[in-house]
Amino acid sequence: MGIFGKKSQDNSIERKEGEPLQAVYFEYDAISDRKKRERRQTVRRTLAAMFFAFLFLMPTVLTFTNSFMTSSEINANYGAIFATNNSGGKIYVSEVVNLKFIPDMVSFGQYITVLFKSPEYLMKFWNSVIYVVPIVIFQLFVASLASFGFARYRGKVKQLFFFLYIVLMLMPYQVTLVPNFMVASRLGIVGTRWAIWLPGIFSPFAVYMLTKYMRRIPYSLYEAASIDGAGEWQIFTQICMPICRGGLASIAILVFIDYWNMVEQPLILLDNEELYPLSVFLSRINAEEISLAFAVAVIYMVLPMLFFLYGEEYLVEGILYQGGIKE
Amino acid sequence: MSVKTGGKIDRYLKNNAAQARQEKKYRSARFSRWRGRALSWAYLAPSLIGVGLFFVLPFGVVIYYSLINNPVQHDFVGYSNFVRTWENNAFQLAARNTLIFSFAAVPLAVVLSLWLAVIMESRIPLKSTFRTFFLSPMMVPIASVILVWQVLFDYNGLVNAVISRIGIGKVDWLKSYYGPVVIILLFLWKNLGYNMILFMSGLSSVPKDQIEVARLESATETQIFWKIKLRYLSSTIMFVIIMSLINSFKVFREVYLLAGNYPFDSLYTMQHYMNNTFQSLDYQKLSSAAIIMAAFMMVVIGILLLLEDWFGRDLEQ
Repeated sequence: MGIFGKKSQDNSIERKEGEPLQAVYFEYDAISDRKKRERRQTVRRTLAAMFFAFLFLMPTVLTFTNSFMTSSEINANYGAIFATNNSGGKIYVSEVVNLKFIPDMVSFGQYITVLFKSPEYLMKFWNSVIYVVPIVIFQLFVASLASFGFARYRGKVKQLFFFLYIVLMLMPYQVTLVPNFMVASRLGIVGTRWAIWLPGIFSPFAVYMLTKYMRRIPYSLYEAASIDGAGEWQIFTQICMPICRGGLASIAILVFIDYWNMVEQPLILLDNEELYPLSVFLSRINAEEISLAFAVAVIYMVLPMLFFLYGEEYLVEGILYQGGIKE
Repeated sequence: MSVKTGGKIDRYLKNNAAQARQEKKYRSARFSRWRGRALSWAYLAPSLIGVGLFFVLPFGVVIYYSLINNPVQHDFVGYSNFVRTWENNAFQLAARNTLIFSFAAVPLAVVLSLWLAVIMESRIPLKSTFRTFFLSPMMVPIASVILVWQVLFDYNGLVNAVISRIGIGKVDWLKSYYGPVVIILLFLWKNLGYNMILFMSGLSSVPKDQIEVARLESATETQIFWKIKLRYLSSTIMFVIIMSLINSFKVFREVYLLAGNYPFDSLYTMQHYMNNTFQSLDYQKLSSAAIIMAAFMMVVIGILLLLEDWFGRDLEQ
């Protein structure tokens, strides 16, 4: 017993002597190892991010740079592709495709042609503006009123209506376009701009977003204003709207990009190609004018890109509100 | 009140006046609340009328149309329209394609964007620039970049030039069963940034102390990711799945701009079916197809929400 005890004591003493050194050595190694690993990981991740950034930017940048090529250069580069649907065959066509980032000669010829010589593209661009601007403005206007109604006083009936809005918002176009078309044909507006405007203006999306935004305004703020003698309209315009300015900007960007991109609605609700927005018309550019297509494409993406550059924070904010993370 | 009467009457009058004042105030407060409530319906009215007129009421008509034989006779035929739609070859093709596309594209979108978010969360340089780059496709109209996509995936396009040099045969991407691959790439290109933003925010809301504790307990980064972060991300993941699903139903846009109204079979989406049915103005088919889709969406989203509840059941947020 005694011997055992002693022996075990000896062992523990021995371990105690050796331990600290070993432990320090061990820990140091682990830290440096971890640091090394982390550094390697950071490098790897940076490379991955750069790779993805290249992939994500490439189409946009390519469209942009190619818009400065002369038409003969575009035909020489991409003729093999786009000439396939061209029956004329007057232009010189190369067999292989030549993807180029930098044009041989920078030329504004395409832009000049688009802007001054072929008005149909500008007309379609103008169509897009005519559709999107009223939709954004009035959808936000209707939605601000409605969200104030939803957020100011709550009740079971309203909760039910709000749920209905969410369900409608989640429905794909394949579902909502059928009722839209039926009402439009009943009202006799199929084929006119109203068929695009009206369903757009009353789309539940902005209502959902703004209501979520407004519900964060503390109820006591309304109460205080009410006690100070403010009427509902005053509370709405002087308190609620100024607080929601950021939210409105976010939603405006999301609504804008959605309708600027629209393809489904014009195809079904419009029958006259004159009224088509540029988003649909761009895909119908015929082979002879393919050299113009890049310039038109750039003109079409300038506006959303500007909004993006100036409003990226709002866009991110909007995405997060939609995600319900910031509730 | 200036005349001094007996204390009793005086007190009575005083009390009465106070009570009246109180009552008036109470009544006016109640009245203003009642008025506010009524007014709030007035604020709601434009939107409710619009939504009712353009979405809800006509959806009732859609249900009605799906149950009758034709808009002239109005004979009630039960579910035979649904059977007719369901057995339609074009509908089946469209439904199959759309489902296959969603089942392939949504998981890819979730995993890749989560990976991007993890990359963005680590200590890489130029984070905000990368974020701008990743988010930019969301703002570029699809119609603008479709040309580049055509240059890449045409039969004589760049991708084929590259893979034929490696020794793999050329593929006619848009006119073969590889068509969905092109569309999935376009879908990912457009949607990854959006999902990434959601995941970045989700990752940053994972409680720091839990991660610290896990590190002290010498958990590896992989363990921390799978056992802690992913648990806290469950609601974000569900939302991303729902949004990706909805966006995957919108992919007709891309297909239409790339391949037009009559694409190869593998690219025939639900919206193509709807477009063609719109052209023949077959209200019965349209209505029943819309109802089948709506029911499908509601069931899927309902299941996803239940799953989210189940996954997040022991999390305190």
